[in-house]
Amino acid sequence: MSYKDKKFRIVGKPMPRHDAWEKVLGNTSYAGDHEIPGMLHVKALRSAHAAARLIAIDTSAAEALEGVEAVLTAKDVPHNETVTKFGQTHTVGGFEGLYRVLADKKVRFYGEAVAIVAAETPEICDEALKLIKVEYEKLEGVYDPAEALKPGAYLVGEDESNLVCQYKIRKGDVTDGFSRADVIVENTFTVPQVDHAYMETECGTAWMGEDGIITIRASTQVIEHFRGIAEVLGLPQNKVRVIAPMVGGGFGGKEDITVETYLALVVYKTGRPCSMVWTREESLICHGKRHAYKMHYKTGVTKDGKLVAQQVDILSDAGAYVYLSPWILLYSTVKAVGPYDVETVKVDSRTVLTNNTFASANRGFGGAQVCFGYERQMDEAARAIGMDPLEFRRRNYLHQGDAMATGRILENAVETEATGIKVMEMLGEKTVSDKPNIVIGQGMASSMMSYGRMTFLHDTSRSYVSIELDGSVVVRCGVQDIGCGQTSSLASIAAEVLGVDMEDVTVFFGDTSLTPLAGTTTATRMLYMSGNATLKAAKAIRDNLLDKASKHLAVPVAELDLVNHQLVVESAPERNMELEQLVKLCASDGVELFNLAQFNAPAREFMDFTSGQGQVFADFTFGSHAIEVAVDTDTGRAEILKYVACYDAGQAVNKLSAEGQIEGGAVYGLGYGAMEGIQYDRGKTLNPDFATYLIPTSMDVPEIETDMIESGGGLGPFGAKGLGEPSSVPSAPAFVNAVCDAIGKSINDLPATPEAILKALES
Amino acid sequence: MSINITITLNGKKKTLAVAPTQSLLSALRNNAKAKEVKDGCSDGDCGACTVLMDGKAVNSCLVLAPAADGSEIVTVKGLGTAEAPSAVQESFVNSGAIQCGYCTAGMVISATAFLNENPDPTRTEIREGLSGNLCRCTGYQKIIDAVANAAKKNHSQGE
Ligand code: FES
Ligand code: FES
Repeated sequence: MSYKDKKFRIVGKPMPRHDAWEKVLGNTSYAGDHEIPGMLHVKALRSAHAAARLIAIDTSAAEALEGVEAVLTAKDVPHNETVTKFGQTHTVGGFEGLYRVLADKKVRFYGEAVAIVAAETPEICDEALKLIKVEYEKLEGVYDPAEALKPGAYLVGEDESNLVCQYKIRKGDVTDGFSRADVIVENTFTVPQVDHAYMETECGTAWMGEDGIITIRASTQVIEHFRGIAEVLGLPQNKVRVIAPMVGGGFGGKEDITVETYLALVVYKTGRPCSMVWTREESLICHGKRHAYKMHYKTGVTKDGKLVAQQVDILSDAGAYVYLSPWILLYSTVKAVGPYDVETVKVDSRTVLTNNTFASANRGFGGAQVCFGYERQMDEAARAIGMDPLEFRRRNYLHQGDAMATGRILENAVETEATGIKVMEMLGEKTVSDKPNIVIGQGMASSMMSYGRMTFLHDTSRSYVSIELDGSVVVRCGVQDIGCGQTSSLASIAAEVLGVDMEDVTVFFGDTSLTPLAGTTTATRMLYMSGNATLKAAKAIRDNLLDKASKHLAVPVAELDLVNHQLVVESAPERNMELEQLVKLCASDGVELFNLAQFNAPAREFMDFTSGQGQVFADFTFGSHAIEVAVDTDTGRAEILKYVACYDAGQAVNKLSAEGQIEGGAVYGLGYGAMEGIQYDRGKTLNPDFATYLIPTSMDVPEIETDMIESGGGLGPFGAKGLGEPSSVPSAPAFVNAVCDAIGKSINDLPATPEAILKALES
Repeated sequence: MSINITITLNGKKKTLAVAPTQSLLSALRNNAKAKEVKDGCSDGDCGACTVLMDGKAVNSCLVLAPAADGSEIVTVKGLGTAEAPSAVQESFVNSGAIQCGYCTAGMVISATAFLNENPDPTRTEIREGLSGNLCRCTGYQKIIDAVANAAKKNHSQGE
């Protein structure tokens, strides 16, 4: 039994993760746990206005306070205006979104950093912040993207328009499509801004080495921001180093720079080490959110359940700075009709600046919003023609070999239909209510979500693998581990290929000076990209080992394998050899026992933006969720009786981890569906703590039953697909579809809180 | 102005100079360098800072450090070691209950205190028992599994 025949020893089995022990013993040092002797503490002065002109900032009193080392404003930043970068190894043109390290000229959102203070203690920082005098001229601002688009609207930035960008997709002629429809269903859906609400807020430390290198050790999904940080400071890129220790949750919220530039700036200005830890309030107010969308769906269907036309209009609130808004909107646009084959399609989308907190990446990257749109719409259309929702979907699911609305052919495994059938089977017969005020409903949702970055980014990942003289294995890979098993899966892959156990593998990760750059931990790309790079490197070593053994024993390579620390000679087991012995043999003969491999994702040119035709993503993960709810018609409370989810994981690398991703994703999405939403009063966040910004507790969520199909048809190692983002996308529509089924009314706005459900009942 | 408090931290006596308004969480992290105790909100809303204080699970961010004078504090590091982990720690690892791990220290302490009170709980009781501890990664499913498995194991050992 070995990797050779794809009869894995490790891959695909449920295994405890290799990072779990240190975490449960309390040994893992997160970014905020690090202390450096003599370090300064850094805090930000944050704007109390969402829109204002900055007239003057007087820092003299703060600077005079004993224990204050530096007070810095925009004028102290060498390159204060910079552009959001993806941090990847290749240059990308277009859509470069300006952002400022510290506010200058104008304040654009409530909580924007206006100045930073570095002092001996956090308490002195607080004192100093109070002593900074800022003169603002309040401006009216604009808080609604539709308003922001009107001629003469308040301008958020310095440009002539608040429009950031727009896309379109055209497939056939929708007018013709609608004319062939028996029924046309039209709905407007709104989804709010939400927060990532990771348990660890943004934090990090930084210091200057004796070699003059500035090192930032931060909670981040992107160590390759060292390039952007260097640019802000005007330093060569090789003078800035970023380390990402284990991250206490990311979900996209640590994809953009958070504390890094502030820390680097303080080191650059003072030469002293420093630390910055954001409060929960700062985290909820000041870092990028998931975009609020307003979506209009118009769908034409025939009586026998065929989708003949779909017209989608998307308006996205980018908030105060561009950040990743254009890319996120592109994701939404390409996925706007979901995993369905629609005869004619017309999608128009726009993203617009407002004076709300800026929005950026959040698990799903634009996929979650449109999934709520298309999956609610599928249920509404099914209802309009009196067809069972699953049956209706089955008549329209895309299959392998079909073309998406963008013309892109889905050449890999597409198991959406199988997951849809499976979840409804798992959900079973609808429970019968025994109380007059309790109504029961069932709902489902399917989704397609890409894994891996957009193909025109020419994405790459590198990994270095070596085998030591005692047979233990080292992986060096610049991944950021944000808790989904990013490093553990690399250990599984290396162990499988080299015939050792997971415990025999050490993974060094997340350090731009020591680990080969592996790109961002975003876009559900780590297993796919770094898994492939690690597999490639481990295979190269395996080949060297087997080649040497073959010569040494005069046995063909085909008869050799590496299993359980042994070289196995299948035809003559008595000639088996300890792995350690083989490694030593190789070492003494100068056989290379290390390999640095690069995996290149399939690359394409930009899609054609005039028609929206072309390829944007390498591949997709398909799956479905289904939910049964009991709604109390007196209180609007929706209790989930059953929650099931099924995905084509391609090939699970660690079953336990893969299940954990699906369960965690389901609940993350359920928060979106049932309870979460940043509330604003003219740009001011009204719910900046966990007492008012509610996320699911163990009491809010049901038992979650998961199932996996393993088609082997993914682009990742051993045919794996990605689960991180895909698992969270269909929860909200599945939940709301179940509620609507129960109450016989439509709910088209998130979150579907008990109040919203009551309101729908009364309508 | 600071005052000296003496606590027993994971079996070791410690004297800490704390401010009158300093939280126990801050005293543990900043004075005693017990960095395994996590800060998720400083506000009593998340449970990341949970420690055992004289055997009871408390949100250490809500306890004033001076009020902890003379008490016995146990953090996740005091529950077990790599050689001798506690049943709950072992169960968290084997059940896949740990993703980013940021909630884990508080979660494991709450679970330990909960099982001490209720050694044979139903899954619903476990959910209630852990409802003060937020986890954003796992969806709680495998955490509930972990506590249920630890209870089962305690049980079969007791029999
Ligand atoms: S840090 Fe104490 S409850 Fe959140
Ligand atoms: S494991 Fe990340 S918060 Fe619980």
